[in-house]
Amino acid sequence: MNGHRLVYLDNAATSQRPLPVLHAVEEFYRTQNANPHRGLYGLSVEATQRYEDARHTVAEFIGAEKDCEVIFTRNASESLNLVAYSYGLTFVKEGDEIILPVSEHHSNLVPWQMVARAKGAKLVYLYPDETGKLSDEDIEEKITSKTKIVALAHVSNVLGTVYPVKKIAEKAHSVGAVVVLDCAQSIPHMPVNVQKLGADFMAFSGHKMMAPMGIGVLYGREEILNNMPPFLSGGEMIEYVHEQDATFAPLPQKFEAGTQNVGGAVGLEAAIKYLQSVGYERIQKTEQELLNYALDGMAKIPHLTVHGGTDNRKNRCGVISFNVDDVHPHDVASILDMNGVAIRAGHHCAQPLMEYLKVNATCRASLYFYNTKEDIDIFLDSLKKVRGWLGLGA
Amino acid sequence: MELNQIYTEILTEHNKSNRNKHHIENPTVTLKGVNPSCGDEITLELREKDGVIEDAGFTGIGCAISQASASIMIDLIKGKTTEEALKLAKTFFGMIKNEITDERELEVLDEAIALRDISHMPARVKCAVLGWHTLENAITGEKES
Repeated sequence: MNGHRLVYLDNAATSQRPLPVLHAVEEFYRTQNANPHRGLYGLSVEATQRYEDARHTVAEFIGAEKDCEVIFTRNASESLNLVAYSYGLTFVKEGDEIILPVSEHHSNLVPWQMVARAKGAKLVYLYPDETGKLSDEDIEEKITSKTKIVALAHVSNVLGTVYPVKKIAEKAHSVGAVVVLDCAQSIPHMPVNVQKLGADFMAFSGHKMMAPMGIGVLYGREEILNNMPPFLSGGEMIEYVHEQDATFAPLPQKFEAGTQNVGGAVGLEAAIKYLQSVGYERIQKTEQELLNYALDGMAKIPHLTVHGGTDNRKNRCGVISFNVDDVHPHDVASILDMNGVAIRAGHHCAQPLMEYLKVNATCRASLYFYNTKEDIDIFLDSLKKVRGWLGLGA
Repeated sequence: MELNQIYTEILTEHNKSNRNKHHIENPTVTLKGVNPSCGDEITLELREKDGVIEDAGFTGIGCAISQASASIMIDLIKGKTTEEALKLAKTFFGMIKNEITDERELEVLDEAIALRDISHMPARVKCAVLGWHTLENAITGEKES
């Protein structure tokens, strides 16, 4: 990029895709392409099989009890909207409370605002400390008998904090609330088992874990999904349609209206197999080393604020949000871009957290296991030069 | 494209000098401009009298490009009629969108010509035009106060 080797440090936004994923998608479209669940001919049966095999792979991957608990969507945002519209608007009542950390991505926050407005419910926020941790007291105090839904990210897309989901889920279940988990930022980097974590719903996107864009997943417990009305209606999600009424297909078709992104599902399956072939253990070890190396380097750079600090390494994913003194994040990103370094700058779809941190925007470097120490060296070196570009002292 | 074509001395000087970054006395128009994608916010204050912009200033926070562009704009519009200011804004948008390339036509933009290369940086166009869009809204009546 710009005459330099690309140093891609925007993995929290989307990852790069390995060849086996691209090949799997191409192979499907070249040799097995037909509309699944519809045709009575061999090719359609084969396409259906590929689609359902992908669902089975996802179900096993996340520890779902049954394949029908896996709903394919476009992305985590759509998955979370499905829960908000179908579950939230049906079951949340006036005076109920929805609990969420202030660090949530807008996709796990704005839909709940919609539910709260529509039903007269209240949003109650959990506030992380300066290292990004949620306090036990806050969790104990705010999750009460009024709580209907606890919605939270497994990993913060801004601070990289890994939240104690299991503990929060236990507390939520003890008061009869359901737990909606956003694993978009965790599942590319660590094992996610919905049953072990205690998720009633769990959402993630394929594109952050090396799958194509446009394929996402919603996991929901079967008994809850069965009690929910459809989200989108139309073809393929019905049982019988008469002039004035219709009955709906069983799970998962009930929530999959219209022709689905089968190529995407096939790509997601290939990405899961690729991740499994590398192994989470290796991924986590590599990322932790890179994170330590980056934070060590950043700790030595003056005029730099790292949100969540540079010493806090435990329960932290390879996501680093920072600000350079007197330089707007957009300028930082443009300057780094000139050296081929791709980082994100802005509010990262988490404006309430920006307000809480008292910043307008931050820079964010986010790692994946294919990054190298050389990438980090180039990033750190470029970062040191930022203030100089703007005529400020180093 | 080299970055130094963008972060020229003019930009950094404007950004650091804060010459036009202040409230003005008795503004007749105050309007906030926001870039929702990044949180850049500026508030533009104008004092108009008989169709002439007597004084102008801005406050707020944002990147070097949005701040410098607003500051350069204020140098340009002080003492101009609102019609002239609007015409300058249109010329500036034309330059940034690469629709106006005639040097003679761009001459009126004076120092703002330094921002010409932003047209090659699509991600930063919004930053460069924030002040000018706010000015346009302030003059044409999309006013908050």
